[in-house]
Amino acid sequence: MNTAANLTREHGHALLQDMLRIRRMEEKCAELYQATKIRGFLHLYIGEEAVATGAMRALEPEDAVVATYREHGHALIRGVSAEKILAEMYGKQEGCSRGRGGSMHLYDADTRFYGGNAIVGGGIPLAVGMGLADKLQGRKRVSACFFGDGAVAEGEFHESMNLAALWHLPVLFCCENNLYGMGTAIERAQSETRLALKAASYRVPAWDVDGMDVLAVEEATRRAADAVRGGGGPHFLEYRTYRFRAHSMFDPELYRDKEEVAAWKERDPIALFRERLRAAELLSDEDDARLEAAAAEEVERAVAFAEAGTWEPVEELERFVYSDPAPLEEVAS
Amino acid sequence: MTVATPARPPASPAPESLTTTYREAVREAIRAAMRADERVFLMGEDVGRYGGCYAVSMGLLEEFGEERIRDTPLSESAFVGAGIGAAMAGMRPIVEVMTVNFSLLALDQIMNTAATVLHMSGGLFNVPLVIRMATGGGRQLAAQHSHSLEGWYAHIPGIRVLAPGTVEDAGGMLAPALADPDPVLIFENALLYNANGPAPDPTRPVDIAHAVVRRPGTDVSLLTYGGSLHKTLEAADALEQEGISAEVVDLRVLRPLDTDTLLASVAHTHRVVVVDEGWRSGGIAAEILARIAEQGLYDLDAPPERVCSAEVPLPYAKHMEEAALPNAARIVDAARKVVGVRG
Repeated sequence: MNTAANLTREHGHALLQDMLRIRRMEEKCAELYQATKIRGFLHLYIGEEAVATGAMRALEPEDAVVATYREHGHALIRGVSAEKILAEMYGKQEGCSRGRGGSMHLYDADTRFYGGNAIVGGGIPLAVGMGLADKLQGRKRVSACFFGDGAVAEGEFHESMNLAALWHLPVLFCCENNLYGMGTAIERAQSETRLALKAASYRVPAWDVDGMDVLAVEEATRRAADAVRGGGGPHFLEYRTYRFRAHSMFDPELYRDKEEVAAWKERDPIALFRERLRAAELLSDEDDARLEAAAAEEVERAVAFAEAGTWEPVEELERFVYSDPAPLEEVAS
Repeated sequence: MTVATPARPPASPAPESLTTTYREAVREAIRAAMRADERVFLMGEDVGRYGGCYAVSMGLLEEFGEERIRDTPLSESAFVGAGIGAAMAGMRPIVEVMTVNFSLLALDQIMNTAATVLHMSGGLFNVPLVIRMATGGGRQLAAQHSHSLEGWYAHIPGIRVLAPGTVEDAGGMLAPALADPDPVLIFENALLYNANGPAPDPTRPVDIAHAVVRRPGTDVSLLTYGGSLHKTLEAADALEQEGISAEVVDLRVLRPLDTDTLLASVAHTHRVVVVDEGWRSGGIAAEILARIAEQGLYDLDAPPERVCSAEVPLPYAKHMEEAALPNAARIVDAARKVVGVRG
């Protein structure tokens, strides 16, 4: 299946490394939440790492990424530093959004990372507009929009699919179906649970992919992104995945069985991929230890950076309600 | 009186060839902006082939083509959101929403995204977007096409809210709105589209930060904006016949409010009436009077008055709708009351 047969050691290590970077960073986030260093809502991505890891590798630096409030992994793999992410969660001004956004609103101009959108479905029209801008300017860029299965029930999803298809815009719709919109199972929210069919009804090429298989994610995303970039109009991918942790730190998880969670954990994307690499003799114990150590070291540095960060002066509270009088530089051109 | 009375003519009438309508002034401003900057495009429901539901964009499709005069499906949230995304990606969109009532379908995008992104991202991403929409009653369109919700929008930090009440402002406000790095909402009172006035130079931007005194006076300040401006000027003319000198101040900008100009007017008339087509409770008139109470209470010689719309969904029947909206007679009554109560 997929590209496992010709997987190189370097490629395999990079994928495993990125999934470990997300996992270890978020495990630390959970600890820091308990330690009250991080407050507000904290939505962990643990279990879903293969999606952001595989998908981001298929995107180019000039592409745009619009994500949701469960976006730590997307930001990290897109290239926002763990330091700036952790500092943001601490609320420090060294954070990627100056501490204004927190866990749910990570932004970064250098990597064209447009949030961190916490209104379910609300980010989708933005990606459509970015695709429209690229089309009008004749640029061959992809605007990739990540959203969950819950967003598929929102009107903004359907309006956006129609608009993107009608105008043949270079937008990649990345639906991370983790089977729950907060605590509501998909079959209790969707009359048609095969989400790719909904996209297809708008004449958008759509298919689903095993979101626990990082190689499958990368391959599918590359295929779709290349098609979008090549002028093929919008594409839709449904990544079938699962959230191992609670929806947020306030969720007692009364809505799903422990057996179900345990069964999905058998398909932990990191464990699956590690086994695959070992079976292909592409990962030694030393390699594994080195990758883990690098991830741990990155987390350690990030925590130190966040701890050493400073608080934005309260005098700046009203800054950035409107742009500073000096014109802002074009954020994208 | 008829509610469709056009805006007050200028003191010295311009030659016929130099007058235009509010509608044409907006159209020429759009045309000039699109000629000047290829990043500018217009998108909205029926702006292209139909020519705009109020005929504002008539003829622009022929000049600029379908890519830049872009008809949208009935998807307010998506096309307003797409305007935000396009603005963040370097374009300068003008998004037209048919009426303010329909804009509520896009309120999520306006409030939760356009108004918040700059602050929420710590200054990383600004949204140079202009959203135009028709507002106001008086056309027997009943309760889903007639309201004046610009005061609601003025509640939201992060956006600029403009209410052009004259032909000059209708034409002149667009260019500075497009030059603004942040989202600007322009509310065009639909009764004004046929109003005549001196033709503004569409390439000459007007100030979009300040209120202006449209008619100087000494006895009472009448503070108003948009579609109520001409009614208020009419009331000021009637008051003059009674020997009452009313100063009419056009707010022009509902957010950020130019409090200084309002306070300066009240400081020399010592009496104030606020005229606002929005509802009274929690509206922009309430905000204005709160500021005057906070910062200018001792300038007042009499309790202030508000002339607002009745607190009902606007009805269809003509006599009922007229009873619900501010008019010159009610403004005159309010001014008399304020002036009659000598401190």
